[in-house]
Amino acid sequence: MAEEKRLMKGNEAIGEAAIRAGCDAYFGYPITPQNELTAYMARYMLDSGRVFIQAESEIAAMSMVYGAAAAGGRAMTSSSSPGVSLKQEGISYACGADIPCVVVNVARAGPGLGGISPAQGDYFQSTRGGGHGDYYHIVLAPKSVQEAADLTYEAFGLAEKWRMPVMILADGLIGQMMEGVVLPAAVDPGARPDRPWCAGGRAGLAREANHVSSCILDPAGLEASVRARFERYERIAAERTRFEAVNVEKADLILVAYGTAARVCLGAIQAAAKEGLELGLFRPISLWPFPKDELARLAKAGKRFLTVEMSMGQMVEDVRLAVNGTVGGAVAAVDFFGRCGGVIPSEEEVLAEAKRIVDAMNASTAEPRSGSARR
Amino acid sequence: MEVVYGHPKSLKPIQTKYCPGCGHGAIHRLIAEAVDELGVQDRAIIMNPVGCSIWADLYFDFDSVQVPHGRTPAGATGVKRMRPDHLVICYQGDGDLAAIGTAEIVHAANRGEKFTTIFVNNAIYGMTGGQMAPTTLVGQKATTAPHGRDPDGAGMGYPIRVSEMLATLGGTKYIARGSVDSAINVRKTKHYIKRAFEAQLRGIGFTMVEILSPCPTNWQMSPPQAADWVASDMIPFYRLGEIKNELVEGGGA
Amino acid sequence: MTERTFMAGFGGQGIISLGMLWVYCAMKEGLEVTFFPFYGAEKRGGIARASVVVSSAEIASPLVTSPDSSIVMNEDSLPICEGVARTGSVMLINSSLVKSRPSRKDLCVVEVPCVELAEEIGDAKIANMVMMGALSAATGAVMLDHLESVLKSFFPETKHKFIPLNVRAIEAGQMAVAQKVSA
Repeated sequence: MAEEKRLMKGNEAIGEAAIRAGCDAYFGYPITPQNELTAYMARYMLDSGRVFIQAESEIAAMSMVYGAAAAGGRAMTSSSSPGVSLKQEGISYACGADIPCVVVNVARAGPGLGGISPAQGDYFQSTRGGGHGDYYHIVLAPKSVQEAADLTYEAFGLAEKWRMPVMILADGLIGQMMEGVVLPAAVDPGARPDRPWCAGGRAGLAREANHVSSCILDPAGLEASVRARFERYERIAAERTRFEAVNVEKADLILVAYGTAARVCLGAIQAAAKEGLELGLFRPISLWPFPKDELARLAKAGKRFLTVEMSMGQMVEDVRLAVNGTVGGAVAAVDFFGRCGGVIPSEEEVLAEAKRIVDAMNASTAEPRSGSARR
Repeated sequence: MEVVYGHPKSLKPIQTKYCPGCGHGAIHRLIAEAVDELGVQDRAIIMNPVGCSIWADLYFDFDSVQVPHGRTPAGATGVKRMRPDHLVICYQGDGDLAAIGTAEIVHAANRGEKFTTIFVNNAIYGMTGGQMAPTTLVGQKATTAPHGRDPDGAGMGYPIRVSEMLATLGGTKYIARGSVDSAINVRKTKHYIKRAFEAQLRGIGFTMVEILSPCPTNWQMSPPQAADWVASDMIPFYRLGEIKNELVEGGGA
Repeated sequence: MTERTFMAGFGGQGIISLGMLWVYCAMKEGLEVTFFPFYGAEKRGGIARASVVVSSAEIASPLVTSPDSSIVMNEDSLPICEGVARTGSVMLINSSLVKSRPSRKDLCVVEVPCVELAEEIGDAKIANMVMMGALSAATGAVMLDHLESVLKSFFPETKHKFIPLNVRAIEAGQMAVAQKVSA
């Protein structure tokens, strides 16, 4: 039976979901706007006899995650944008050593110290393998407190199945806002997959020593290892690509947005409907793997797209790549509207932009335009 | 007939890639002997760092975890917290521990993380080819200190006595400095390592053995010259012995 | 039904607890809720604001940019609320502290002397609860029935002795609006 709905902050819901997913060890360093998550973990992990460490830095916290996961634990860290930059070292190593773990980014506005308000300027860093080397990892973007809890809960199993870090890319609004949430039941510790590769627990097993490492100095050997990982990426793309589509068949213009921006777009779509204007929403939930096939299908069906982000335009590049060449060999029209610096676009301005494009489409002179906030 | 000297079980019977006269081979052997004598081969985990000893996982016949440069104590923290009944050996060089990983070693030591750090101090960067280390002696030449380490004039700073520095922290329970320049020092060093491992297995707190180790290649010396230089130049600056011992009630340096 | 409320005041007026309790009660009444607080250092510091949405359907944007109702707890917040309020929306003004009135004529302005009413009940600090009662009566979005049991599940045990006081404050706010509407 489902639990009663609780009113929780996104940061707290992520923490509780991680605990219920069987997180054995949490390592973090204070940074706004994710501090409630670290405090929540401090309180409940220690009380339940699990590992919590306030690390000396985000760099160290990520290497602690790496160590704990290499030793067979379900390990997690969280931070916000500047701190996640520091974690990229350890994330690259974890990807190179095929170590499962969960990294939460409650993103804020950059670059540099930037501000503490919600932003989506970390899309490139998250989805392109933010550290050095050839790699990717799964990136999931929640739109609500409920989804933040659900995706975090699921992330641990995904990380183990695919042997890689899974990143939850939220933002300061999702972390700070309160919504009703029904939390998933605690996982059965016995139901975890075996980790025959991990360090430790060799006693009584007739196995060779395990070496958890990303170091392969022979170029051919390293290439083979990276290629094998990329074959795994193909399987993940086939199995784990996730998105939400709202009214995309009826509408000619589809808003493409993730996380908080998608909520704003949904508001704009509802407002448009009241005025008799059909708009659609395409919301990638897995930012990597990116749901490019479905976007291509919609492009082939003659749809146009308006990508809305809390950045100067990052995901829009993936949208353009996805629809590239699908419309009679030409690039399908993909417009962009974004606000950055911690400013969240309003429903009203998104709707105004959508109307401008629809009007232009109706006048059959539609061309993607450039402006200060457009790209 | 009783075998009194043989190849340690925890060390694979293969030749190492280390240079002639390098101290890593001897130190590996001391670790392997101690692990065997304590009977913990199947629950020993070595953290192998970035540096020459990145090869450690080729030689030790127990589990290993390789971590980013300098993060060895952070990685060891994660491993040991998940596997508190295992012997976790955090193997670090002077660049890894005393330069890029200074924050990690200080805080792991201060938290009293219950693993053992083996700190190999050869006063030089080995793997990258002889650059100045935080532990390079004043006047000692390096590719990045071609006229010798000049602490004030060239602003290169002074060699860091890491063991003494960490000994001031509350979380550290046992810190000793040994050397592998001579048979007698090798024997003493083995004793320190075993004492630290035993303390770890009893869950006492942070333990560390710093080991002065020759690097003939980057010092541009023959192996005998290098061993002599440890005795003549390093040991007078890096005092050998137990620097901190709080393993027994009322115990001290 | 969707009610989007923008709440504004200064730190210490209980804007955050007002918003949180409002959505908690709404959730207990089976509604979808979202509550996004923000406090900044701009202008004399201590600004406290909240975007609050309660709805019988899934909530789209948690950011209230065109509120159906707004709460003005202090003088500084009036121009902010007046700047965003939707035409025909309700504006609840804490008339104990806010002396100016909006120049816009397309708003339904309700004055609630929150501080005086709270002091009559016994504690000026529960002016925010008076305002919550007023919001309930003015919008009808959250009924605030079964208040006692809801407050019991919201507050920790150590605070339960204050529940009767809070209930009276909320009822005083509801009453104040009911009288205005009937008057």
